[in-house]
Amino acid sequence: MSARRLPTGGRIERSKTLSFKWDGRDLTGFAGDTLASALMANNQRVLGRSFKYHRPRGIMSAGVEESGAIVSIGEGARHAPNTTATSEQLYEGLVARGQNAWPNVRFDMGAVTGLFSRFFAAGFYYKTFMGIPPFEWGSGTGTGIWMVYEKLIRNAAGMGDAPQHPDPDSYEHAHDHCDVLVVGSGPAGLNAAVGAAKAGLDVILVEQDFELGGDFLGQSGEEAETKRTNLIALAKAVNVRILTRTTAFGLYDYGTAGLLERVSDHMASGSESLPRQRFWTVRAKSTILATGAMERSIAFGNNERPGVMNAAAAGVYLNRYGVLPGQNIVVATNNDSAYQTASQLSAAGARVTVLDARTTVPTLADDSGLTVQMGTAPMEVLGAKGVSGLKTAVADGAGWKAQGSQACDLVLVSGGWSPLVNLLSHRGGDLAWDAENACFIPSGRCERIHMAGSAAGVWTIEDCEVSGMVAGAAAAQDFGKSSPTMVAPAPGGWLNPIRPLYEVKVEGQKLKSFVDPQHDVTANDVRLAHREGFVSVEHLKRYTTLGMANDQGKMGNIIGMALMAEALGKEVPEVGTTRFRPPYTPVSIGALAGRNSGSHFRPLRRTPLHDWNLDHSATMTDAGLWQRPWYFARTGETIAQAYVREARTVRNTVGLCDVTSLGKIAIQGPDTSELLNRVYTNPFAKLPIGKARYGIMLRDDGLVMDDGTTWRLSESDYFMTTTTAHAAKVMVWLEELLQVRWPDLKVHVSSVSDQWAGCAVAGPKSRACLSACVEDAGVMENEAFPFMGVIETTLKDGIPCRIARISFSGEMAFEVYVPSDYAPAMMDMLWAAAEPLDGCLYGLEALGTLRIEKGHVTGAELDGRVSIDDAGLGKMASDKKSFIGDALRKRPELLREDRPRLVGIFPKDPDQTFNAGALLCRCDAVSGFGEGWITGVSQSPELGHWIGIGFVSGGHEAWAGQTLIAADPVRKGNIEVEIVSPHMVDPDGERMHG
Amino acid sequence: MIRIPCPFCGERDHSEFGYGGDATITYPALDAPAADWLEAVFQRQNIRGMQHETWQHVSGCRMWLVVERDTVSHEIRSVRPAHPGMGKALKEGS
Repeated sequence: MSARRLPTGGRIERSKTLSFKWDGRDLTGFAGDTLASALMANNQRVLGRSFKYHRPRGIMSAGVEESGAIVSIGEGARHAPNTTATSEQLYEGLVARGQNAWPNVRFDMGAVTGLFSRFFAAGFYYKTFMGIPPFEWGSGTGTGIWMVYEKLIRNAAGMGDAPQHPDPDSYEHAHDHCDVLVVGSGPAGLNAAVGAAKAGLDVILVEQDFELGGDFLGQSGEEAETKRTNLIALAKAVNVRILTRTTAFGLYDYGTAGLLERVSDHMASGSESLPRQRFWTVRAKSTILATGAMERSIAFGNNERPGVMNAAAAGVYLNRYGVLPGQNIVVATNNDSAYQTASQLSAAGARVTVLDARTTVPTLADDSGLTVQMGTAPMEVLGAKGVSGLKTAVADGAGWKAQGSQACDLVLVSGGWSPLVNLLSHRGGDLAWDAENACFIPSGRCERIHMAGSAAGVWTIEDCEVSGMVAGAAAAQDFGKSSPTMVAPAPGGWLNPIRPLYEVKVEGQKLKSFVDPQHDVTANDVRLAHREGFVSVEHLKRYTTLGMANDQGKMGNIIGMALMAEALGKEVPEVGTTRFRPPYTPVSIGALAGRNSGSHFRPLRRTPLHDWNLDHSATMTDAGLWQRPWYFARTGETIAQAYVREARTVRNTVGLCDVTSLGKIAIQGPDTSELLNRVYTNPFAKLPIGKARYGIMLRDDGLVMDDGTTWRLSESDYFMTTTTAHAAKVMVWLEELLQVRWPDLKVHVSSVSDQWAGCAVAGPKSRACLSACVEDAGVMENEAFPFMGVIETTLKDGIPCRIARISFSGEMAFEVYVPSDYAPAMMDMLWAAAEPLDGCLYGLEALGTLRIEKGHVTGAELDGRVSIDDAGLGKMASDKKSFIGDALRKRPELLREDRPRLVGIFPKDPDQTFNAGALLCRCDAVSGFGEGWITGVSQSPELGHWIGIGFVSGGHEAWAGQTLIAADPVRKGNIEVEIVSPHMVDPDGERMHG
Repeated sequence: MIRIPCPFCGERDHSEFGYGGDATITYPALDAPAADWLEAVFQRQNIRGMQHETWQHVSGCRMWLVVERDTVSHEIRSVRPAHPGMGKALKEGS
């Protein structure tokens, strides 16, 4: 190929020169160029290397279906691999590099694999490297060696490298609504948008290109440009909302479309104020798809050499970018469409020979100035890194025989056209094989989706315009608007019928004929797959990787199916088509994430005591969405020293802990006690006013959902606390029960988690601490306020509060709740009282220590697989009443004695420790899943060594006096442990009752 | 992207809702035999076509709704409050 920029013509602005870098070389192009057109104008031929064989590749198209010119754009953190140069708008300072090659795409050491390509057919790697003898004979899967080789194979094959740094750009999510979404701004799309908007509808028109016009842009002559500018002016006049550089990548239910707008990708220096890309969710009541059609290739020898290109693409480079892609051109076609391009290239000064696979074509036989050879097809391209000539074949009945060769520098191919029905396919729209036009076209109606132009199989520009008007009118009718009645043009439009031709196969010729050039899938690979039994299209795809590259089968799918049909002796439609899935073209991960990245990845919840905790030297940690105090280190303390001190202080004096994150639900109404009695496993019917009760909730299937407390404040006013983790779930559950299952119960629930702030006051001096804070110290007397008592009272300064005497730590303890705004004032007061008592603030780590010592369960234990008996709480299941989960908790499997039960774990050697997550195994069987697992570990100041909590089959009684192994192969290794009762400290609970 | 017309809030994206399950299940009495509960909790029809299901408008009015939805096309034929009293109140209110 010897390409050059023409002195005149095209849509580029020759007065605006843009400099860019290609593989380290400084080149220039013009405003209006794509990277591909600028590279072509600079006569750069080899732009990429293929996936498997490292064959040289050049520009093969002028659009998003590109399989050859796939490059990396940008540098450092902005490096974007696998970008199609054909759809990348050129800008000043653009830096692009070839990929999958070393040292560069023009001379690539990896190309030696091509010499062995006959060994590398479909499935080669799997057949060769899985279960290599003698290492893996009889070892079952044989995946071990594969895991090693796969890494090497992936290095040798492949695409560009992912950037190694955090993405410095910002991305946005946006939502919009409209009456009609029009996808594509070609002759059909512009007319459709204008028609619908004229009928008074709100229309959004999206175009993936940086210019509006679609096929108008690739035409020569004034007429197309006049039509284009008129239609755009008209569209603006009727308020069509236009988005360019925007791809509709997916269609979803209810007229939802996903759009990707490339906002600042084309800007030389980026933009501080603009996002790089914008991810749109548009909800349209009706959708018009005017997405055009894509020209197919034909499989013949070396049909992917740099210098082999789609015929229509050459027309685009000539007419839009003013580049003549070759001087001595062969145009190989099986249909009428390539003749126009051939004539234009000839008129621009190239020598053009047309090879027409059809034997007779009455109306085109004498086209102006072209050399036309009928009944002739390309057989094999000559030349290594470019085209030096073409061997041809001549029709021989239904087949082909070798003919001769001719010199040329560019081979243009037109194997027919495929309507772009991807978006319709996303919505499940049906396709039918149109044998006359050799393509799949939309068939049947898909509600509120209208196909227009070439996407509906209409070929000529004039017909496409009418087709667009018809679609616009049809959309207007969706809304009951009157609109002109027009007849939709029938699919087709060529003067002469196409001769379906997918492969030029010649007896006795060994050809490398590519079906999917990007993934190096050849016609022989398809036949091999068939011979090996992969006859379904879906299996064919997976075995050969046909259609799995960036272009997702845009180039090769139809040829692959046609070859499979031939191998099966069937017709194409009998083989079927695969369903297209979103996205139509790749969508960056950054755009999917939008602003939901970094600290905005998920919501952050802070308690009203957050600043107070920080002011008192808290180190925070994440607990679900919440930030909670982890520990309060004093100067010089490590985390271990801090939490051990805090836990010890709670056991000896008093500690304060922010427990605001617990779920809190206000439950009111005359039937509340009935509701509670049904959802908790233990009796709640007779909970007296002024008392709290600890309760367990099961799911319908009998497993534990959550635990918590419920306080009875008055006759019909209750206050429920849940775990932090399950607060939302319990609320939803109660609402479901009350609205769906038991609508007769007169109960109202509302979440008050945010309305109340809470503090646990725990330790032998907790009563003294609180007594100093309440207005009337009398309410804190032991008799007035016994274990599980509840009072509503006021703290000093008139702060309203509710207090329950409940304990998670095992010490005498209280939970105090005040309206959230009073939280810091409450803490100031409590801390002022606790500090002189040698008290402390404690965090989650010490809380864990205290509860593990006591064998109290949390979310780590109640993981949704645990029964009430497993958790050691079987005594809390009443046998005097029925409750949710009661029936199914008694399933035989859940009652087995050897189920994992809650246990305590001690190291045999008191100086040793182990990790949460370790498996508990028999000493003689450290393998598999073992006998249980460890859910929590802490140093125990009370016991003076490390302890753990977890589950072991049969519970601690089953393992009395035995040694188990806490197996933790990737961290600590194996530690000998013994199994004890989970109630490791104060098993009788004397401290909290005291 | 299903759109659900909430009888209380208007048409909203399904992302505002939480999915419940089969709305046709009648849950047995709490003291019913395990076999009845097994049937109610685990046995489900796999309907191709219209099915009644419960959704909760979690990020809205928090009402539980019975939605009649086509499992093939996602077409929603009807939506009503799951609580019969609420349905009645809506009717009388309008």
